[in-house]
Amino acid sequence: MTTRDRLTYFIYHHRTGLSVWTLALVLSLFPFYYDNPYILGITNLVAINVIVVLGLNLFIGYAGQISLGHAAFFGLGAYGSAIFTVYYHVWPWPAMALSALLVALTALVIGVPVLRLSGHYLAMATLGFNIVIYSVLVQWDEVTGGPSGFAGIPPLSIGSLLINDEFRFHYVVWGVVLVLCTLSLNLVRSGVGRGLAALAVDERVAGSLGVNSAREKVKVFILSAVFASLAGSLYAHCFCFVNPDTFGIFASLDFVIMVVVGGMGSIWGSLLGAGLLTVLPEFLDTFESVKDIIHGLILVLILLFLPQGFITGLLDLIRTNLALRRRKNVKA
Amino acid sequence: MLKLNNISKRFGGLPALSEVTFYVTKGKITALIGPNGAGKSTLINCISGIIPADQGSILFEEKEISGLQAHEIARRGVARTFQNLRVLPRLSVLENVLCGLTVKSDHSFLKAMLRLPALRHQERFLRLKAMESLDLFGLTKKADWPMAALPYGDKKKVEMARAFVANPGIVLLDEPVAGLNSEETARIGVLVKQMRTAGHTMLLVEHDMELVMDISDHVVVLDSGRCIAQGTPEEIRHNPLVLEAYLGKIGAAA
Ligand SMILES: Nc1ncnc2c1ncn2[C@@H]1O[C@H](COP(=O)(O)OP(=O)(O)O)[C@@H](O)[C@H]1O
Ligand SMILES: [Mg+2]
Repeated sequence: MTTRDRLTYFIYHHRTGLSVWTLALVLSLFPFYYDNPYILGITNLVAINVIVVLGLNLFIGYAGQISLGHAAFFGLGAYGSAIFTVYYHVWPWPAMALSALLVALTALVIGVPVLRLSGHYLAMATLGFNIVIYSVLVQWDEVTGGPSGFAGIPPLSIGSLLINDEFRFHYVVWGVVLVLCTLSLNLVRSGVGRGLAALAVDERVAGSLGVNSAREKVKVFILSAVFASLAGSLYAHCFCFVNPDTFGIFASLDFVIMVVVGGMGSIWGSLLGAGLLTVLPEFLDTFESVKDIIHGLILVLILLFLPQGFITGLLDLIRTNLALRRRKNVKA
Repeated sequence: MLKLNNISKRFGGLPALSEVTFYVTKGKITALIGPNGAGKSTLINCISGIIPADQGSILFEEKEISGLQAHEIARRGVARTFQNLRVLPRLSVLENVLCGLTVKSDHSFLKAMLRLPALRHQERFLRLKAMESLDLFGLTKKADWPMAALPYGDKKKVEMARAFVANPGIVLLDEPVAGLNSEETARIGVLVKQMRTAGHTMLLVEHDMELVMDISDHVVVLDSGRCIAQGTPEEIRHNPLVLEAYLGKIGAAA
């Protein structure tokens, strides 16, 4: 082996780790080039969405299920953190963990009966769950502040350092993204991840490969709900204010669109999908009123033409074509 | 090894299997033949726990497995392929074969997410095993190809490699050569024989009489859900009942 071969092999063998480290480097330098708080505000929001989409992609993209209710878990995380810190004076970090724990329990209780369903029925059930949670957030105003929102949530702090501007929050939220991204990448590259992929094909295959479909579905549902909850808590501590409208069914739909745009079952695609759909509306201010229509159209078009998702769909096409060309060459 | 006793199954009142009884011997190829709709796939589904049998007992390695769920049966060492190819289209060839090793892997999400050194070592070991299996099936060069780029015959081989990779106690093969041309059929036949030489036990569902007569040690004939004959390929070839029920029908169809 020449040095160059060895280098290529090294890069190929450690490609996942290297990608994560490269991303970390770029992200840690980013605020020094763009120290504009407006830009950082947007990229921080991207990061929060990425966290939800990572989890949702494990559930939708890998395990082949569907949820139109993840904004509810996002909201429960946000309001959980708000309530624990403001009413019970819990510190923000433990409040975040506590909310995530409660959301995990909620997901367990919801998931066991609901995940027996599949397809449209599962979509409707999770949508229903989202509507219920949204109504509670709006109606129970003595606790949640009702439609006008919940203000006065304290920011995060590390030691005595308050995370109270975009610059500092950038490091916290993208740090969380990197950690969760690594955990997700590890998961899909393991036996558990392959079991989830088999589940997406059909439950009979999963069963014949020793995968307990019912249990694995609930587990991945809980995991994705916890991701959403963490994102919600970060959201609450970032803006110090939450409003039920952030957690309605259109938000759930947007998360699904982010998964689909980025690509079903692609961890890296989650970053792209969340990025594109968070940044796009900022450039299309004038279209604010028709935003949901545009998002809906994007969803329909992608599902029609590239059902595996936009980015992964394209990549799959390219990979398959390359392999087919190689196959021809082998024969010739 | 595998003992089926009085297995019956009805679909909405219509009997698909009635009182099927036979044994599969360790290290041998037992063939299950019969005309279309005889209930062969249904029987495979009952054994692998995908659909529960209405009555009867299934003993695998002297233990009752009927009533267990599919994943429990798989983890006890019953592997299978499907009549209609069931591979994971978005994964690579190697990853598809690795899927066959999920029966051996841990369920823990937490361990998988942390990817501690122990898991990393295990993963490397599983990869080697999967590569060995691909080697047996002559697919080493295509290990990193996406499934979508493979020709149909190779996809069938990947599914077989996936079934054999975990070294299961028995492999149930549901029509492994359906849809293949005679050249590919012969190649699969050679592979199945190789697997027997390597010590694997198989229950082979097959239409292709020539292949069955060539490679199997014991033949069971199913017709309309009933077991009408069993014996060595030679005995089956000359059994008048079989000629009438099975070959007769094929003759009529031809
Ligand atoms: N899930 C099912 N529901 C209803 N009927 C079924 C089902 N599966 C198989 N059958 C019926 O059972 C009979 C046996 O089918 P099958 O086991 O697929 O036959 P083979 O594999 O021998 O061709 C057929 O008449 C078929 O229509
Ligand atoms: Mg069949």
